[in-house]
Formats: sequence, structure tokens, C-alpha cells
Amino acid sequence: MVLVKKLILDILKPHQPNALEFSSNLADTGDDYRVELTVIEMDENTETIQVVIEGNNIDFKTIQSAITDMSGSLHSIDVVEVQSVSDKEK
Amino acid sequence: MKLLNQIGFLLRITRTHGIVRRYFVVNGFDGALTMLGLIVGFLFSSPEDLSVIINACLGAAIALGVSGVSSAYVSEKAELRKVLSELEGAMLTDLQNGAHAVAARWVPVLIALVNGSAPLIISLLIISPLWLSNIGLQVLVPPLHAAISVALVLIFMLGIFIGRIAGTFWLRSGIQTLFIALLTMLLIYLFSGG
Repeated sequence: MVLVKKLILDILKPHQPNALEFSSNLADTGDDYRVELTVIEMDENTETIQVVIEGNNIDFKTIQSAITDMSGSLHSIDVVEVQSVSDKEK
Repeated sequence: MKLLNQIGFLLRITRTHGIVRRYFVVNGFDGALTMLGLIVGFLFSSPEDLSVIINACLGAAIALGVSGVSSAYVSEKAELRKVLSELEGAMLTDLQNGAHAVAARWVPVLIALVNGSAPLIISLLIISPLWLSNIGLQVLVPPLHAAISVALVLIFMLGIFIGRIAGTFWLRSGIQTLFIALLTMLLIYLFSGG
């Protein structure tokens, strides 16, 4: 069993929802997610952001779905931290 | 509550809070002044049956409502579709599954409902004394005078609302809109030969 502990994502998003609402909505998708969002670049209509998500067991599909729902586009998964646990430990 | 949160979210991402407020005030004012004008016109004319006055006012109220809904829906849908298209161009991706596409479908409906219901509801409130009198309920003052009073109160309240939005003194903006209503009545009196 492999648990995803940390993800660093490169995302392109419109200006709205703003960074606070975007990161809050991502955090809302899990019970213990910690989300850190940094705006890397900005133009007239869009902004490129880096999102760091940490948690006990991150559900990537839910995160991806939330990004799409907010009209964001996942460009790349830059960093992944996973941990394997035996079924007994889980 | 969840629906309200969702509506708030869609208004936030499209930045249309101001438009909704503006349409409410502008068209609410339209409805109030139109009803005031009709009722004052009837007051300065030879007395008519209350049902004739009610039907004339109701016709105008419904027309204002339908006009508000249709015009706002068509124009806002076009605007938000344009914004969505520009955003898709900027992001080089299809956004049809995202919040902005949902907003492009539903925010025009919301804005249209506000734009149409504001003059309709305000108009119905203004002609309510006429209805009450027509069904036999006694009002303290003659029904046309009561309706005019309701119109002036609603116009004053719209002024207060405008003042709150602008952050100015509420009484001043209320008096300003009331002045406009009284000026309207004076013009009708002068031009109708009353």
C-alpha cells in the first residue's frame, strides 16, 4: 500500500477564484490537507502557480478534479513524496 | 446554504456582484417611477374605475419585468460567453467542465431574474393599496394617495440602498431619490394640465 504524502504541482489558472479561495477549495477536498500556494507568474488573464499539498494520504484524482472544477489546468507534477505501508499498519 | 455559497462563488469568479446590484437599483427605480407616473397621471385625470387603473399598472409592471429578464439574459449571456472564450484562448484548453463555464450558463439567468423581478416586485408593492381597496378592504387614505405614498417610501429606500453602496450618508441619498420622484410628479402635473 502506497500513501501519497506530498505533491508539488504546477498549475495554470484564471485570476478568479483567487489564490486564497483556490487553495482553500483544494484543502477542503481532504481531511488533513495542508496547502501552500505560490504565484509564480501572472499575465492579463491567467496566473501560473505552484501548489504544495501535504497530508497523510492525498487523493490525487480528487485534487485533479477540484483543479478542473475551478477552471485550472494541471501542467506538471514536479515533486512527489510517497510512503509505503503494510496493510497491517494502515 | 450550499446553493447560496455556490451562487456567491459564481458571482465572485465572474466579478458580477456589482452588475447584479446595479441592475437591481436601476430597474427597481424604473419600476417605481413608472408606477408613480401612471398613478399620478390617473390622479390628475378624471376619476377612473380602480380596476382600470390596476390593469394599466399591472400591464406596465409585467412589461417591465419581461423586458428586464429578456434584455439582461441576452446581453449577459453574450458577455460571459465572450469572457469564457477569451479565457480558453489564454489557457489553451477547453474549460467546459470548469466553474467559468457553469457561471457562463447560470449567472446570466440570475442577473436576468434580478433585472426582471426588481421592477415587477416594486411595482406590485406600489399598486397593492389599489388591490386592497378594490377587494373591499378599507385603507386609511384614498387608494391612489396610498399607492403614491408607498411609491415614495420605496424610492426613498432605494436611495438609502444606493447611499450604503456608495458609502455616503444614507439620508442624503434617500432625499436625493425622493427629490427625483417629486420632480417627476411636478412635471406630470405641469404637462398633464392638472
